[in-house]
Amino acid sequence: MEVFTPRSLAEALRLKAEQPSAVPIEGGTDVMVELNFDRARPEALLNLNEVAELRGWSRDNGLLRLGASLTYTEAMAAPLSEQLPALAEASRTVGSPQIRNRGTLGGNLGTASPAGDALPPLLVEAAEVELSSVRGVRTLALEDFLVGPKRNALEADELITAVLVQPSGARQTFMKVGPRNAMVIAVCSLAVSVDQERCELRAAYGSAGPVTGLVTAPLDEVDSFPERVAEAASPIDDVRGSARYRRHALRVLAERGLQRCLT
Amino acid sequence: MSTPATRRKLELGRVGESVKRVDAVPKVTGEFAYSSDLFAAGMLWGHTLRSPHAHARILSIDISEAVGLAGVHAVLTHDDVPGDKRYGLEFPDQPVLAFDRVRYFGEPVALVAAEHPEQARRAAAAIKVEYEPLELVVDPELAADQPAIHPQHWTQGHGYRDDPRPNVVRDMRIERGDPDARADVSVEGYYELGIQDQAFLGPESGLAVPDGEGGVDIYVATQWLHVDRDQVAPCLNLSREQVRIHLAGVGGAFGGREDLSMQLHAAMLALHTNRPVKMVYNREESFFGHVHRHPGRIWAEHRANRDGKLVCVRMRILLDGGAYASSSTAVTSNAASFAVGPYAIENALIESTCVYTNNPPCGAMRGFGAVQTCFAAEAQMDKLAAELGMDPVELRLRNALASGDELPTGQKITGSMPVEEVIRRAAAIPVPDPEELPRDPIRLPGGAGNTTRGDGVQRGVGFAVGFKNIGYSEGFDDYTAARVRLFADTDGDLVAEIYCAAAEVGQGVTNVILQTARTELELENVMLAPGTTGEVGSAGSASASRMTWMATGAVQAACRAVRDELDRRGGGLASGDEIDLERIYRHPRTGPLEPETGQITTERAHVSFAAAAMRVVVEVDVDLGLTRVVWIGTAQDVGTAVNPQAVYGQIEGGTAQGLGLALMEEIQTRDGLITNASFTDYLIPTALDMPPVVAELVEHPEPEAPFGVKGVGEPPTVVSTAAVMSAMRAATGRELNRVPVKPDDIVFSGS
Repeated sequence: MEVFTPRSLAEALRLKAEQPSAVPIEGGTDVMVELNFDRARPEALLNLNEVAELRGWSRDNGLLRLGASLTYTEAMAAPLSEQLPALAEASRTVGSPQIRNRGTLGGNLGTASPAGDALPPLLVEAAEVELSSVRGVRTLALEDFLVGPKRNALEADELITAVLVQPSGARQTFMKVGPRNAMVIAVCSLAVSVDQERCELRAAYGSAGPVTGLVTAPLDEVDSFPERVAEAASPIDDVRGSARYRRHALRVLAERGLQRCLT
Repeated sequence: MSTPATRRKLELGRVGESVKRVDAVPKVTGEFAYSSDLFAAGMLWGHTLRSPHAHARILSIDISEAVGLAGVHAVLTHDDVPGDKRYGLEFPDQPVLAFDRVRYFGEPVALVAAEHPEQARRAAAAIKVEYEPLELVVDPELAADQPAIHPQHWTQGHGYRDDPRPNVVRDMRIERGDPDARADVSVEGYYELGIQDQAFLGPESGLAVPDGEGGVDIYVATQWLHVDRDQVAPCLNLSREQVRIHLAGVGGAFGGREDLSMQLHAAMLALHTNRPVKMVYNREESFFGHVHRHPGRIWAEHRANRDGKLVCVRMRILLDGGAYASSSTAVTSNAASFAVGPYAIENALIESTCVYTNNPPCGAMRGFGAVQTCFAAEAQMDKLAAELGMDPVELRLRNALASGDELPTGQKITGSMPVEEVIRRAAAIPVPDPEELPRDPIRLPGGAGNTTRGDGVQRGVGFAVGFKNIGYSEGFDDYTAARVRLFADTDGDLVAEIYCAAAEVGQGVTNVILQTARTELELENVMLAPGTTGEVGSAGSASASRMTWMATGAVQAACRAVRDELDRRGGGLASGDEIDLERIYRHPRTGPLEPETGQITTERAHVSFAAAAMRVVVEVDVDLGLTRVVWIGTAQDVGTAVNPQAVYGQIEGGTAQGLGLALMEEIQTRDGLITNASFTDYLIPTALDMPPVVAELVEHPEPEAPFGVKGVGEPPTVVSTAAVMSAMRAATGRELNRVPVKPDDIVFSGS
């Protein structure tokens, strides 16, 4: 297996164009698991850790640009955590401190697991994904980017370069259910926001359907919203939990989330 | 002539003093060499091809493609086993490599040695095995009526009660007094336990090095060097002297390293290629590489009078032993022996059965049968207390077992058995007040998941008592050898080198040995030589909470012999002189149980007993079924603490393992196939799941043991599952009769 380590975004995009099967790697918290379990043997890895353009975050006219290499630890820190509080809460639920220091938003989007912890809070905030290639740059709504379980809309020559968010300023929270108190894959998770300005309730669930799903409703439908969230999900029975429990838990989380955002 | 060397004055490290573990710093800093870190020049990597079926006939094995692959030095099947085709810890029912059929998912079928581990994996994948699936035996309640997985009935004819039904490993009864005795009240219950894994962090690994003369040296993480040797040698068709087992750094054991894993396989590959061969299981493979804790189903009825006095206990225990016997016969018996708990009782009927199935093989794990029955028996005691309207602690005190009482097997307890004091001490530890809200969600059920700010959270306090045996039982000839070499170093100081094959599995026996030798020899300069079968006799297993007692006894005996010899020589040694003596220590003899009634046939079936009591505080989010264990207070009967600091460590670690079984640890299977063979889905407690443990050591020296010691590793695990579940029931009002408890059980089950 070859490992390419580009020093610039231009070089990374060129390498990805030349070798579309190269698997991008940042913190390796997903990719290395696949390699260690012998589930994947890609011909090449594209190590993005040296690409400065992907790091950190910036603000332009209120629009936040989160680099693909933004770590969960960085997402937990102020002032970003004040702009995107649910993302900060979600980041805190990820793994252990060591994993949060390595794992990145770009990796979470690239893996596109229905259990990806960063996805529900970004969906609730109507985030867009910036995709780049030697052909140019395009942006996709996160909803359109997530096309199936562990499948996304990336073209073979594209890299995820950033997540773009216009912070809503709405009260928001994120909750994740796991059978132990840290370091778990979500049995199910939920981000909730109450946007008083746009008069909208928004919720996005994880691990309760093939993709992270968004549910919205007018502000005056608070009472029926938890049930609506539970019904929108399509959970399954697996080793981590039962479909029945997941649906129940989403209802409870939606109630609690609304309560947090309304008081 | 130089002045004879004399003793340098001993500063620290006697029996009873807290001494920093010699392996502590290297383990914390990452410098400790585990068995997976071994390396030899020119070594090859071994890999095991495993069965994808839980039960299937092997029609053919074609290795032709695999042997031709780059870097491959050997591909071996059962045809290449040089000696006996089967081995086993107690019964030789397990093939070195499967022939005719496979009996569990992950059973070894073929071996590969190659230059690189990746080449070995690829070659293994190129081996073509043709299988024909066979009828699955996966429900332990049906197993005795299904076709025999082992038509040979390996475990029959060994002095147990003969049960001719297919797939019965052992079926035993303990009948005491009048099993039909009636009483004022009666409570019944049914309990279930899933499969727990030892989940040691160091996977099965080791290195086999051919000695160039037909023999082999095996460096491996194990619990009993000599029993490994005695199983390996006949299968390799070598003498015991030609097989030397050396202890490599052990990354946890908990019973899971009693059986062989890669020892024989690596040795076969090494002898075949005449190259050192290293094998390291990965995390997934480790779930197939060792036996697990028996899952169980238990039916119990407790009868008592209004005053709380237990009159009769009836219990039926069904254990699933999986595909091979391992130590199942002893686990079955232990489950029965400790089924009642540490309570005096005159009437009992305990039936305990273990069956073969095509589920993952089960055997030894910390607590060894007593964990399963303690969970059921203590739930019954809580039920009984509720029925009687009595305080659960008071009910336990009224029935507490004491020295002089008889067990359901008829064995009279002659040693220390301070159950009452253990209960009183644990119950007297002040329980902390509830923490106020709001709190950081990490200090609430759901933890980092941020699921509650206090909504749905209910607090519960539970209590349990448990006990088990120390040492091997039922007539097993259990001994430990130790050798002491005393010599004068070049500075003229006396130095003692201790040889003992006791396996340091993280429990701290190294310090125990050094402290014993320092105490006995009054000598500062004491070293422990590496454990190997080549230098000293068997130490027996680092199992059954026995190693402290046994190693202490053996080292004490050898030290005293050396000391006597030194006195005979005038108290000093000339430079170059040495005294080198080996001694064997045996604990008091035990005898078998009568096969039909489970009553003792000699003075005792078990050597000694240790008890622990524990109070647990939990907070449960009853709407989501999530739990935070808040606090644990415990008192444990330890005999004499050799190294108190290490004893506290054992109590905390043992408690965490029982907490894991209560709340999260379970190997899940579907038709015999393990579905969660990873640490992503087999969850063990993290630091955020484990509360502070306030532990009190109850020290009543065991009269027949060296320094009055008892074992300390298992009692906390035996009691903590039961204690956590007692608190869970108190918090939720649910019956919660199955562990690990699932969120579903809390959210959906009736109270």
